[in-house]
Amino acid sequence: MDALYGLLIAPFADFAFMQRALLGALMLSLGACPVGVFLMLRRMSLSGDAMAHAILPGAAAGFLLYGLEILPMTVGGLVAGIVVALGAGAVSRFTIQREDASMAAFYLISLAIGVLMVSLKGSSVDLMHVLFGTVLALNDEALALIGGIVVVTLAALAVFWRALVADCLDPLFLRSVSRMGGPAHFVFLGLVVLNLVGGFQALGTLLSVGLMILPAAGARFWTSRVGPMCVVAVAIGFASCVAGLLLSYHLSLPSGPAIILSAGTVYLASILFGTRGALRNRIVPHRHRTA
Amino acid sequence: MLPSFRRALAMSVITLSVIAAAPAIAEPLKVVASFTVIADFAKNVGGDRIALTTIVGPNGDAHVYEPKPADAVAMAKADVVLVNGLHFEGFLRRLVEASATGAQIVELTKGVKTVEFKPEFAEAEDDHAADGEADHAEHGHDHGVIDPHAFQSVANAKIYVKNIADAFCAADAAGCDDYRANAAAYTRKLDALDGNVRAAIGAIPAQKRVVITSHDAFGYFEHEYGLTFLAPQGISTDSEPSAADVARLVAQIRQDKAAAIFVENITNPRLIEQIAAETGIKVGGALYSDALSGPDGPASTYIDMMRNNIAQIKGAILGS
Repeated sequence: MDALYGLLIAPFADFAFMQRALLGALMLSLGACPVGVFLMLRRMSLSGDAMAHAILPGAAAGFLLYGLEILPMTVGGLVAGIVVALGAGAVSRFTIQREDASMAAFYLISLAIGVLMVSLKGSSVDLMHVLFGTVLALNDEALALIGGIVVVTLAALAVFWRALVADCLDPLFLRSVSRMGGPAHFVFLGLVVLNLVGGFQALGTLLSVGLMILPAAGARFWTSRVGPMCVVAVAIGFASCVAGLLLSYHLSLPSGPAIILSAGTVYLASILFGTRGALRNRIVPHRHRTA
Repeated sequence: MLPSFRRALAMSVITLSVIAAAPAIAEPLKVVASFTVIADFAKNVGGDRIALTTIVGPNGDAHVYEPKPADAVAMAKADVVLVNGLHFEGFLRRLVEASATGAQIVELTKGVKTVEFKPEFAEAEDDHAADGEADHAEHGHDHGVIDPHAFQSVANAKIYVKNIADAFCAADAAGCDDYRANAAAYTRKLDALDGNVRAAIGAIPAQKRVVITSHDAFGYFEHEYGLTFLAPQGISTDSEPSAADVARLVAQIRQDKAAAIFVENITNPRLIEQIAAETGIKVGGALYSDALSGPDGPASTYIDMMRNNIAQIKGAILGS
């Protein structure tokens, strides 16, 4: 019992930074995992990655103008992300180009602007350290920001739930019965940007996408209804955060990668053992209903 | 693809600039220094006889610096290139190759008695080595087991200055007397600085001579002056800390083994602030480790840097 306590509880009980890391990571999962489910259902999983890159110049601009302040960096990231999302959306709506190409084009432009700004500033302080927080160094401001983002995300999901689900499954149907189609799409893109901005305070842009996509992709193998899928994704996210932080504590691993690799392990296990559309169905023969 | 493109770009710039540059008479000695500390030494030794270019500017991190075409141009035109050596400048080998410079590359740590990283940090280095060859090549800017920050001890700074004077004499025999005289004058200042540092450390009670910084760059300072430095981040600025590292530090501070904690000028201060908040330890001002500050900062020269660091350390320890 004592050994179990030392293994699982003591790291969090003894160190305040572990409690903050856990709180921040759990809150992030609560907001980002359901958003990830919708991202995956819309076949936009890779767009999440693109958006994460698109946020960089805004955050860099905030840093260069105001230093290491959370608010300007967050606002900058939001503005850059929303400009890219709206730009890509507008091009795909009003020209013959599809969203994947326009999204790729806009995020590359945005990324190049970011690298240009960082280089022009002249200082070669490694921006990776400044821009990309570590989950072990979450201060009150960062926790408050992440908390706010979670509240906004969950509220928006509750309000737009039916429209979002319909927009995922049959956007033409939604447009024919309601005027919510356009707004729902942009609200959703806004949520993606918001959660990525919250995530990069804790995990860095690339890894915050991981916490969004991997639990959602794993949850897909366990259920086919959207609501339960979100719940399973959040559960996988929670488990990955706890496991990742404990691995980081006991095995001296960097915490960000440890969390994402835990989620990756759950994903791989879900492929093998999941109950829906997974490998198991190929091995265990279906029992067809007979009349 | 990118490096080869960059190299091609650099080469084309160099070719053009070589054609453009007309040979002039009695030009100053063209010196390239890899980072600000060395540039300050070179300025003091060379005086007006040299034209100095610094590659990694104030507050820049030489471990992760990405060279620009202008750096390759400066290097290609240089008569003398002054570098720290001991794998301090990760970008250096690529830049020397790309610029195809004919200049003499002078490693200023030549003759320095090297210090190895402390076991806790060397252990992290072993993990890196186990990652395999491909990984090692990618992380070309990682330190070896030898600590390259030799200039953090004033005794070593004097060796740097002597090496610089030798290199300048070899490249410009006419100015040799000036260089030697400048070096001797500067060395006297360094001797005075060394005395100041020792006096300041002497004023701190022996059991309180433990401080924490975010990047282990003070091995030589520790070795020379008997002050212990602990770091959460390990040997290079690019490794991400693990929860175990941070927890170990917090435990050490709680056992009252450390008296002050510092933020360096080149790293993310958030982690340090977090540890300070958790333990109630006092956060000292900025220590300058791998780079000088800009001209208006508190550490615009090497001597100012050492004075600033020792004043900050003394103030924080005695204040807590």
